[in-house]
Amino acid sequence: MTTSIRFLLNDQEMDMTVPPGLLVLDLLRHHLEKTGTKEGCKEGDCGACTVLLGELTDSGMHYRPVTSCLLPAGEIHGKHLVTVEGLNLNHLTIVQEAIVNEGATQCGFCTPAIVVSLTYGLMEKGANFDDEDVKYVLSGHLCRCTGYASLLRAGKLIQQKAHSLTPSATQSENILQLIEKGILPSYFSEVPEKLKRMASIPPGNGHLPSAKFIAGGTDIYVQEGESLPDLAVTLLNLFPEMKGIVQKGKNLHIGALTTFEEFAAHPLIQKAIPRIKDYMLLNASLQVRNRATIGGNIVNASPIADMVILLLALNAELILTETSPTQKDKPMRRIRLRNFYKGYKKLDKSPTELVKEIVFSIPEPDEQIHFEKVSKRRHLDIASVNSAIRISLKDNIINQIHLSMGGVAPIPLYLSQTCDYLSGKELNLSNIQEAMEIAQTEISPISDIRGSAEYKRLLSRNLFIAHFCELFPDQFSLKDLLNIHG
Amino acid sequence: MKNIDAALHTRGESQYVSDLPKPAGLLYAAVFASPVAHGEIVNIDLKKARQHSGVIAIFTARDIPGENQIGPLIPDEPLLADSMVHYIGQPVAIVVAVSPEAARKAVKSIQMEVKELEVIVDPRAAFQKGEIIGSPRTFELGDVDSTWDVCDVIVEGKCEVGGQEHVYLETQAVRAIPTEAGTMTLYSSTQSPHAVQRTVAKILGIPSHRITVDVKRLGGGFGGKEDQATPWACLAALAAWHLQKPVELVLNRHEDILMTGKRHPYSSDFKIGLKKDGTILAYEVRHYQNAGASADLSPAILERTLFHSTNAYFIPNARIFAVSCRTNLPPFTAFRGFGGPQGMFVMECAIAKAAEVLNIPREEIQRKNLLKEGDEFPYGQKAEAARAEVTWDKAVKTYDLSAIKQRIDKFNQTHFEVKKGYALMPICFGISFTATHLNQGSALVHVYTDGSVSITTGGVEMGQGFSTKVVELAVKTLGISPERIRVESTNTTRIANMSPSAASATTDLCGGATIRAIEQILSRLKRFTAEQLSLEKPDEITIQNEQVLYQGKPTGWDWKELIQRAYMARVSLSAHDFWAPPGIYFDRTTEKGHPFNYHVYGTAIIEVTLDCLRGIYQIDSVHLVHDLGRPVNKLVDIGQIEGGLAQGLGWMTVEDLQFDEKGRLLSNALASYKLPEVYFTPEKIDITLLEKADNPRGPYGSKAVGEPPLMYGIGVYFALRYAMRAFAPDKDFPFQAPLTPERVLINLYGDTKSSSISVKPQSEEKEVQPVSGK
Repeated sequence: MTTSIRFLLNDQEMDMTVPPGLLVLDLLRHHLEKTGTKEGCKEGDCGACTVLLGELTDSGMHYRPVTSCLLPAGEIHGKHLVTVEGLNLNHLTIVQEAIVNEGATQCGFCTPAIVVSLTYGLMEKGANFDDEDVKYVLSGHLCRCTGYASLLRAGKLIQQKAHSLTPSATQSENILQLIEKGILPSYFSEVPEKLKRMASIPPGNGHLPSAKFIAGGTDIYVQEGESLPDLAVTLLNLFPEMKGIVQKGKNLHIGALTTFEEFAAHPLIQKAIPRIKDYMLLNASLQVRNRATIGGNIVNASPIADMVILLLALNAELILTETSPTQKDKPMRRIRLRNFYKGYKKLDKSPTELVKEIVFSIPEPDEQIHFEKVSKRRHLDIASVNSAIRISLKDNIINQIHLSMGGVAPIPLYLSQTCDYLSGKELNLSNIQEAMEIAQTEISPISDIRGSAEYKRLLSRNLFIAHFCELFPDQFSLKDLLNIHG
Repeated sequence: MKNIDAALHTRGESQYVSDLPKPAGLLYAAVFASPVAHGEIVNIDLKKARQHSGVIAIFTARDIPGENQIGPLIPDEPLLADSMVHYIGQPVAIVVAVSPEAARKAVKSIQMEVKELEVIVDPRAAFQKGEIIGSPRTFELGDVDSTWDVCDVIVEGKCEVGGQEHVYLETQAVRAIPTEAGTMTLYSSTQSPHAVQRTVAKILGIPSHRITVDVKRLGGGFGGKEDQATPWACLAALAAWHLQKPVELVLNRHEDILMTGKRHPYSSDFKIGLKKDGTILAYEVRHYQNAGASADLSPAILERTLFHSTNAYFIPNARIFAVSCRTNLPPFTAFRGFGGPQGMFVMECAIAKAAEVLNIPREEIQRKNLLKEGDEFPYGQKAEAARAEVTWDKAVKTYDLSAIKQRIDKFNQTHFEVKKGYALMPICFGISFTATHLNQGSALVHVYTDGSVSITTGGVEMGQGFSTKVVELAVKTLGISPERIRVESTNTTRIANMSPSAASATTDLCGGATIRAIEQILSRLKRFTAEQLSLEKPDEITIQNEQVLYQGKPTGWDWKELIQRAYMARVSLSAHDFWAPPGIYFDRTTEKGHPFNYHVYGTAIIEVTLDCLRGIYQIDSVHLVHDLGRPVNKLVDIGQIEGGLAQGLGWMTVEDLQFDEKGRLLSNALASYKLPEVYFTPEKIDITLLEKADNPRGPYGSKAVGEPPLMYGIGVYFALRYAMRAFAPDKDFPFQAPLTPERVLINLYGDTKSSSISVKPQSEEKEVQPVSGK
C-alpha cells in the first residue's frame, strides 16, 4: 500500500510516493539523506530523532516538536517538516552558539535534536523563553554525556539573547522576529505561501476505511513498528473532525484525536482540572504529548494509562461510531468508560468501531479533582501505580466520589466498592481508613518491571492517603491515617 | 578552547558510522540471538528465513574461516554459538539482506531447537557450583585476623549492587567494506580499534595488516564499546568477506540492550572493626562479581574492584577477596569506573553501618580514616601527593557542612512526611590500566608545507573531549594557532597496536605521545633554524603565537616561513612517537606493586529531599571539590565531571537493571530502563577545582578526568539513607542499590499484605558483635 504525499522538507518541496505507515525517521535517514536526525531508540523515549512538524492554521504557521520515529509518513502530507539541516545558517544560531560555548555537547549524538527543540522553544515563547521552558522543551531528550547541567546553562545563554526580542503572542510573530535576528533561516517566511500553493487536500476525503487504525501512533509504533509500513493503514489524523474540545451544556466533549498537549493546554480543561499541566509533566515527553491522543490512550487499554485513570475518576463516557460500511445503519453508541474494559486489553468495542468522543461533566465549584502517580523515574516514566479522585462534599458529607487506580489490575480500575462505601459518609479518619481497606480488596496487582505486587499494594495505599492529604490537608495527615505515634 | 567538534554537532553535520555516505551495493545485517539462557543447540532451521524476500545470505558458526573465538582475556567466547548457548541474546546467526527491515524480518523466522539446561543468574549460586572465571583473588594488608580482638565494635553486613546499562545514544554500529586483494576496511564505533582489527583478522584467519579499522567518533561509549564493539564488527566482516560486498550492522536499541553487556552487578559481604572513636582497624570484604556467561573483561574489572575496595581510606588491616562468577547472563563488561565503584560502595556501606551502630555521624568515621601522605594501599603502593584530606576539608569549609547539617536536621524535626538527607562522598581513583602493558600511547604528527598540522593518535573520540585536549596540548607545545591543527580519525594503519580508549588514561598516554612527537619535529626545526640563522643555542629557540623567537626575541621568521624553509632544506616534518609512563608495575603472585601512575582525589556533599509518603525523591544539590591537577581544558573537564556524576547518581537511584530467574532481561527497553533526564538533574551543582594541584605525572601537570567523578554519585545512596532513617529511625535498612522508589517505600513501611502496615523497629543485634571488655 502506498500513498502520494506532498510536503515541505525544510526549504524544499517534496512530492513522493510512500507507504503511509512508513516512519518519517526512516524516510529522512534512508531515503532523503537527512542524517542529522538520529535513531536512538525508535520508541519515543530518547528524543534523538526530534523534528518540527508545521501546520498552516488560521493564525499562521504552527510548529510542534515530535519524534519522527513515531510519525507515519502519510501524515506529513501538506505540512512543513523541519530537521536540524533546515535550521542551519552560514553562522551558528544563538541556540547552536550557546551549546558550543557552554560545552553542552559531548559525543554529539543527541545534539541536533536538542537544537531542534530549543529552537522550537524560541519559536513558541520568543522573548519570554525562561528556565522552566528550557526544561520543558528538553524534557523529551536523553543525553547520556552531559548530565544536562551544561544544557541548562546553554538555555540561560539563549534566554539572555532572546531578551532582545519583542514579546508576542503567536508563533508566527516570533518566527518573523527570529528570521530578522538571524536565528531562523529566511525561507520560514515563505512557508505559509508554499503550503497554500501545495493545496493540502487530505487524501481521506471524509470516508473512513476500516483498515488498521493509527492515531498518534505512540503505542502502536512501539509495539508493531516494523510491520506497519507493509500494512494497509488508516491514519486517523487525516480526519481532523475527530479533534477538539467543546462545551455542550454542562458537559465537555473531547474529540478522540485531541492530543495530550492540546488537552492540557485547553482553557476549558485547565478550568476543570486546575493542575492538569503538572500531571502532564509526569506522563510523557513534549514530543510524545504532541502526538499521543486521548482516544488512543483509551483504546490501547493499558492498565496503567495515565489519561484513562484521570478520565475514569472524571466519570467519563465514550461515544463510539461504527466505520464498517455494512454496519452503517448502526447508531452511535454511548458507554461509560468504566464499563468499557472487559479484561486485559479487552474492550467493549467491535474492530470496526472507533472511539469518537469522550464526554465528562464540568466539575461544579464544590468538586475537587486530584491525580497521583509514582514511577521509577519521577518524570516521563510509566507509572508503577497511578490514581485519580473526583470528590464533592456537602457539610463534610461525601456527596459524590469517583476513585480510580492504575497498575493494580488487568484493566485501568474504577474502585467501585470503595466509592460506594464512601458516598454519603462523613469525611473522617475512620471512614477513610475503612475505605483504604476496601480499596485493598478491590486491587489485584502483579509483580512486573514496574514493581512487585507487594510494592504496588503499599503504593496504592499510600497514594490513596495522598489524595486525602492533598485535598484536605487540615483534616488528614499521613501520621493520622497510618496511626503512627511518636 | 571550545570543543573542536561542538559546532559540527549542533549543525547535525558530525558523521557517525551509519551517517557515512552509503557505498554502492551496501547490504544490511541483522543478528539472530539465542532466546534461551542455557542449553544445547539441537537444530537451527534457516529454511524459512532464506526464503524471505531481500535475503542474500545467512551465516552461522560453520561459516567462520578462521577461529570462532573472540574472548579478549580468556578464550571462552565464540563469535557465533556453535553447539551451546549460554545467555539470552547470544549471537547464533547473521542474516544479510538488501535492507535492515528485510534482514530483521528473516531473523524472526529462524527457528532454533534447544535442549534447555539449568540457568544460573545469581553470582553466589554460581560460586557454590564452582562456576568461576579465573581464580579468586585476595589482597591483604596487615593482619586482619588478629585485629578483630582489639576492636571496640565489629559490624558485618551484606550488600547488593545492581548493574547498569550504558545507553550510549549511538547503538553498536559498524560498516565493513571489502577492498582489493583480500583486504578490508571497517568503520566501527569502537573504543578499541586494535581489538577490532586483531579479532576480525583472527575470525577470518588472515594477518592483521589486511584489516584497517577507522574510527572518527563514537556517539558515546562509557566502556560499552571497549570490548563489546568487537563482535558486531566481526559479524559484519564475516558477511562482507564471504559476499565481497559492503555490509552494515547497526543494532537497534532493543537488540543492543538485549545482546550487549553492562556494568557488573555484585553481591558482597563485609566486616569492619573500629575503635570507639571511629578509627577503622580492620576491614574484610568478599566480592562476588556477576560476570555473565563469559570472561570478557571481567577479570580485569574484578582486579579494579580489589584495588578500590578501601576507597580513599587508610585501613591498616584489610583483606579483600574477590571472585568472578559465571552466570547465564550477557557477559558484563567495562563501564566507567571499571569495577571500582562497586568496591567503593561496599566500603561506604560498611562505614554507614558502623556509624549507625556507634551512633556517630558517618562523616566522622570517613574523615578520621582518610588517606594521608605515605599511607599504604592494600596493593602495596603508597599514597603520594595524597589529596583526600585537602579536598575533604575544602569541601566542608567551602560549602559549610555544619550549616547544611543544621538546616537539614531542623527541617526534619519540623516535617513528618518529607525528610531531607545529606552525605559526603570522598573518592580516590587510580590512573593507569591495571594491565601494565596497556599503558602505552602513540601519535603520528605531520606538518604540511602550508604550515597546517595533522595529528593521528591511538585515542578515540567518544565525546570525552579527547580530540580537543590533543589540540590544546599541541598548541601549547607548538606555539601555533589551533586553526592549523587537525585531529584525524583513529586508524589502525596509521597507529599500530593501540590500547583501548579507556581507564581515563587516553589523554595521558596518547596526549603524552603527541607532545613527544611534536617535540621531535620541533627539535629538528630548532636545529635547522639555529644553523640557518647562526644561533648558538638551539634550545633557546621557541615558537610563540606563530613567531620564531630566539632568547625571547623575534628572529624575523614565522611558522609558515620556518616550515617552507625546512621543507626545502629536506628536514623531516613528520614524526611518530610513543609514551609509556615509567615506574608502574604489579606482581600478581604477591598482589603487590605500584600499579597506578597517580591517583585522583575529590569529595562531594550531596543533599536530597525524600517524600516518605510516595517514596520518591529529588536530589537537591551536589557540591564537590575535585582534583584535576592543572587542567588542560576546563570546559571539557567540567563536562566530564558533571556527566560522570549524573551516571553515578542514576546508577544508585533509578537505573534498575532487572533479569528474571530464567535469565530474561526485564528492563529491555528505554521504556523500562530509565536514566536521568533533565528534571532528574540536581537543582544545584557546584564544582570547585583544587588549586595549586600540580601533577608532574600528567601532561602539563594535568590529571585524568573520565571515570572518577562517577563515584561521587555513590553519595546519593547514603543521603537517601539518612532521610529514610530520619523517618524511621529504628529500622535497619538492607544495603541494596539502586535505591529505587520501590525499595525506599518497602524499606520505610516493610512487608504488607493488607493496608494495616505499621512502622516497626527491627533488631540490629544479629549484625553487631559487641566485644566484651572493650
